[in-house]
Amino acid sequence: MAYRLGVDVGGTNTDAAILDDQLNVIYTVKAHTTKDVQGGIFNAISKVLAESHVDKSKIGFAMLGTTKSTNAIVERKGLDKVAYLRIGKPASVGIPPYMEWPADLKAAVNEKAAIISGGYEYDGRKIAELNRDEVDAFCANLKDKKTSIAIAGTFSPVNPTQELQVAQWIKEDLGNDVKITLSHQIGGIGMLERENASILNAALMTIGEQIVNGFESALAELGIKAQTFFSQNDGTLMTGEFTQKYPIFTIGCGPTNSIRGAYHLSDIKNALVLDVGGTTSDIGVLVNSFPRQSSLSAQVGGVETNFRMPDILSIGIGGGTVIHRNDDGFTVGPDSVGYEIVTKSKVFGGDVETASDNAARLNRAFHDQSDKVADISEEWADSVLAAINQTVADSLDQMKLKSGDIPLILTGGGSFLVDDQIKGISKVYRPDHYDAANAVGAALGQVSGDVNRIYSFEGKDKEEVLKKAKNEAVSNAISAGADPTSVEIINIEIIPLAYLPGGSAQVRVKAVGSLKLDV
Amino acid sequence: MRELTEQDIDYISVGASVLGSGGGGDPKVGRLLAKSMIQKYGPVNLISIDELQDDQYVVPVSGMGAPTVSLEKLPSEIELTTPLQELERAFGKKADVIIPIEVGGINSLYPVGAAAKLHLPILDADAIGRAFPEAQMETFHLHGLEPEQVAVGDEKGNVALLKPINAYWSEYMSRALTVQMGGSASVSDYFLAGKDVKGSVVNGTLSLAREIGEILMHQEDYDDVFKALLDRLNGFELYDGKVTAVTRETKQGFNFGTAQIEGLNNYRGKTFSLEFQNETLVAKEGDEILASVPDLIVALDIESAFPITSERLQYGSRVKVVSFPCDPQWRTPIGIETAGPRYFGYDVDYIPVEELQGKEK
Repeated sequence: MAYRLGVDVGGTNTDAAILDDQLNVIYTVKAHTTKDVQGGIFNAISKVLAESHVDKSKIGFAMLGTTKSTNAIVERKGLDKVAYLRIGKPASVGIPPYMEWPADLKAAVNEKAAIISGGYEYDGRKIAELNRDEVDAFCANLKDKKTSIAIAGTFSPVNPTQELQVAQWIKEDLGNDVKITLSHQIGGIGMLERENASILNAALMTIGEQIVNGFESALAELGIKAQTFFSQNDGTLMTGEFTQKYPIFTIGCGPTNSIRGAYHLSDIKNALVLDVGGTTSDIGVLVNSFPRQSSLSAQVGGVETNFRMPDILSIGIGGGTVIHRNDDGFTVGPDSVGYEIVTKSKVFGGDVETASDNAARLNRAFHDQSDKVADISEEWADSVLAAINQTVADSLDQMKLKSGDIPLILTGGGSFLVDDQIKGISKVYRPDHYDAANAVGAALGQVSGDVNRIYSFEGKDKEEVLKKAKNEAVSNAISAGADPTSVEIINIEIIPLAYLPGGSAQVRVKAVGSLKLDV
Repeated sequence: MRELTEQDIDYISVGASVLGSGGGGDPKVGRLLAKSMIQKYGPVNLISIDELQDDQYVVPVSGMGAPTVSLEKLPSEIELTTPLQELERAFGKKADVIIPIEVGGINSLYPVGAAAKLHLPILDADAIGRAFPEAQMETFHLHGLEPEQVAVGDEKGNVALLKPINAYWSEYMSRALTVQMGGSASVSDYFLAGKDVKGSVVNGTLSLAREIGEILMHQEDYDDVFKALLDRLNGFELYDGKVTAVTRETKQGFNFGTAQIEGLNNYRGKTFSLEFQNETLVAKEGDEILASVPDLIVALDIESAFPITSERLQYGSRVKVVSFPCDPQWRTPIGIETAGPRYFGYDVDYIPVEELQGKEK
């Protein structure tokens, strides 16, 4: 028996879960998230070990989903200086790097930036040849500085050769230890967003090491000898080695883990997932057991990026949402008492009327506290809950991509607010361990491989082109650690290029497999 | 005359996405290019049509090609000016003022970058008053001003000078060159005297885009941001609704499609549709046309009031669909022939939106 330990760091709580080798959930706990992140992780693991009585020597695998990278970027703390090289001259010089970045983030990150000759056209032709002299000149004053390098080339998702060549030259100039981020590994088409994500990834090199070393030392201190993995934002895992190269992929893994956990706890592969918290609720979409990705660019620390992020709709409804009474009746939120629910709301003896108080009046929660909300009439509470559920139903509907009823899985501590019958929902599921779905999601062992680039279909057999893309996604998944026998394609998207004749299209493919476990 | 600030650039960028009428592409590249050129070369003056001298020469600068390509292969700066300079050589005259060809999407701000680099003013006007999918759909064409010579340039320094027989051939040839130049190019297609420009452009459109952007970016200042927008544009609310299905098809590089919409709020129980070819072409209730090209039809997000382009419409989008009158030049016989419903394959006569909406009221 080899148990799995999943840990997920959220804004308020750090959750831990222990699963057995069949992925049955054995025990889950919550601990407070600490400012240094590390302390909360340690406390959550200690607590789950103590309360579950699982023999720690039998924990074979430990998985962490953490907000450390996000915090570093948002707080502009602990970031590495980055020397950034864009390959694209003579194209692209009209819009230099770092435009529209927040000034303080740019100051924290930017060592130097340059644009050198090179780049590709959408059809793979070269815009210009590389010039070694330009690369050498860029490296000239970087020798004794501890900077990370980021490189992004025009249409590198179509052809990464130039990025790889420039990286090789930089290693020859600065030594093999220099840390280099290549943009084609980070994101798809969309130069500025991919460049931004690559620069941020390079700035997170030290943070990436801290994530990996910190988790491993916490485990060592607690006497756990487990193989470690880290959650990324597409719902799959990466190794410590991979995490140190691509720490940016840990950003946004929290909501993803929650959606993946909802899938595992309910065993439903296609559904909406509603995570009801204290202040807001997040709606995500499960498609073939993975979160649907957002098609919009993701803002990270005030910078637009284009790496994959789960498609999440946040709505201003949670357990602590304040109900405002007025002459016409009431309005719901959008403000919330948040973590102060335990002092301010009526069920806890306070005087602020919250969504939870109305649910308590209807005996949906806090069953022993109904006397504290006796001043709310049943009819009133009915209409408050009806208004909340109308907003929930409308928001759920917005996240569907087609009409027709689909299942809903509820997670999070405030899910008692949600009705069992909702328009457009075929069935509402409330799985066991619903309040620690994120830690459960972290413990699931899946790895993925992506392809996102422009292919020309002109004069070619469409199926042949797609087969090539699929094979590449599969081989990417295997190199990320997937068991080759388990890899399958879970998503293919073909997006034709507008305003341009000819058969070119952007193709996105995702392959996923089970983690190859060395046991 | 006023100097365009970076704040103005942000406002115009937002306003242009409304005037883009569902199309025009993401203005982001135009916005960043305008800002970086202003940072590098200094401010740009916006002049009104009244400040334009009859003997000054006005030249448009616009980007052509696939928005997806422009978002990846960013512009250099040489292509902003090489086609214009080629036309200066061909006509033996100097350009005095830059004009945007359209006030939708990337092309509303792309020419601001050219104006900064050349230290020339930009005219507060454009040759469409919105966005349209094809190059002959310009007010110049309506006044018999044909592109005699057209220059197309790319970021590598390639420049081609074309002598098309009319605006349609200008479109065919420049688009073919654009593909070979790598999917995006810069075009200057007219060289007009100030006196010819007066009366053959849509006036005040950059200021209009700026005002719309200012309303949307400061919507907390208004009790009803939709009303403020419609007042400014003399527009009409067509309906509120939820998108229930979108079908799309790509033909000859254009994004054709239909969005089915179910009424919300005061429009519950009714079914509507929006049909588009990049830009929105018609809005219908059942089979009845509520508004059509060349009038502008825009789907605004019911929560944020920001426009949702046809590419981004999807199941569940909650929209307030509004329409506002196009410039009167598009309502002449040649205007309707060039960009009316029949040109886009609808077997109906064009009826102005205020008449269609007046009937209902």
